[in-house]
Amino acid sequence: MVKELQEKVKQLFKDKKVDMVIGWRKGSLPLSSSPLFINKIEDVDNLIFDETCQNNLAVYITKDKRRLVKDGKKIGVIVKGCDARSLVLYCVEKQIKRENLVIIGVPCKGVFDKRKVMEQVDNKEVLGFSVNGKEVTIKGQEFEKTLDKFEIASDSCQSCVYPDAPVFDEFITEPRKEKPDIDEFAKVDKFEELSLDDRWKKITDEYSKCVRCYACRNVCPSCYCNVCFVDQNDPQWIGKSPEITDTIIFHLIRNLHVAGRCVECGACARACPEGIDLLLLNKKITKEIKERFGYTAGINIDEKPAMQSYCENEKQDFIMG
Amino acid sequence: MSDWQPKILAILCNWCSYAGADLAGVSRLQYPPNIRVVRIPCSGRVDPLFIMKAFQTGYDGVLVSGCHPGDCHYLSGNYFARRKFAVIKPLMEFIGLEPDRLQFSWVSAGEGERFSEVVTKVTKDIQKIGPITKMVKGV
Repeated sequence: MVKELQEKVKQLFKDKKVDMVIGWRKGSLPLSSSPLFINKIEDVDNLIFDETCQNNLAVYITKDKRRLVKDGKKIGVIVKGCDARSLVLYCVEKQIKRENLVIIGVPCKGVFDKRKVMEQVDNKEVLGFSVNGKEVTIKGQEFEKTLDKFEIASDSCQSCVYPDAPVFDEFITEPRKEKPDIDEFAKVDKFEELSLDDRWKKITDEYSKCVRCYACRNVCPSCYCNVCFVDQNDPQWIGKSPEITDTIIFHLIRNLHVAGRCVECGACARACPEGIDLLLLNKKITKEIKERFGYTAGINIDEKPAMQSYCENEKQDFIMG
Repeated sequence: MSDWQPKILAILCNWCSYAGADLAGVSRLQYPPNIRVVRIPCSGRVDPLFIMKAFQTGYDGVLVSGCHPGDCHYLSGNYFARRKFAVIKPLMEFIGLEPDRLQFSWVSAGEGERFSEVVTKVTKDIQKIGPITKMVKGV
């Protein structure tokens, strides 16, 4: 499949359909990959796609490579399902013109959560891995361990219902027609069953780990404000130290800023150095928006995001009668 | 804490609810003196930060009130506001804040009586829950 992908990208360059392609290359450590920016055909040979390709590459469109986008360069991005949804969101929000974007879909089978793998192998040094259907064999210096792939997949992949790009120009192999049979909000439902005080306790326990490094924000494809509200000094809305209420407000407001725009790629949770379950609140908002407004982010290129549109006769049970 | 009285932030839109509050005052209607009013141009101006910040600085409750749907001075501000509220309220409840601490209502400029009823209800609700302990800085 990687061969096919490389051929396809080479073809795109030959046909002059792209000026740059963003993909993944092998990382310097096992179980990791790094982004690869392909400007010329020779670089294509470094291109890979496997279970270590966890970065959401769409993020470069609004951040590092924004200048290229503004210059009207044609950019190809190799995408998993969630990354493709980010690109769709960018088109809807007019961050890039659809005609300047070449979406190259790859069939995603879930990505590893490195933290989960390390836990399973007792933090011993990993040298490589091989995938065999639903099983993954992790190889190290003096050990070999076979793990269930679903168990070590990223949280976002465990509840993913859009593994393949909903919108694409090229797709390597065929996109799957059927959606995976997964209850995407199982965790949210479980959390909702707890009492108010238990929920508050869990949230404070979880978020007190936060060191306010803002990695979640920096890696988030939906967070691309020029000045983030936490960096704003005049007025300074929230304190900058990892004080618990400030931290919770930061995360709540960030969640609300990406409300109806979050594609649940899980990049925030994987980037978090403290391993906070950042997806939970995002999922809650996604669930609320899906139930109330029937909207899912990044699926339809012609649909306005939920928070940028309205319907006059909506249910308003949350408003005092 | 028998003499404790809740402190409630009332965020009112300039064109309807603020005028409604004014009418309640002019008509000499009685309502609990627990609210502190912030006037905003439109309920669509309400940033979730305002609400969070109010709780963080120790307000026991927040009431946001705007024009009835269809009556917005800016035509659609309150429709967008409604979408925001539809997400903020369940989210606050989800993290464990008592749902009654955050309330929304529509009060028009002519509904002075309704305004006093709304404030009475919100105050009673929050009196029942007691002083805020979650979300407050320094507690």
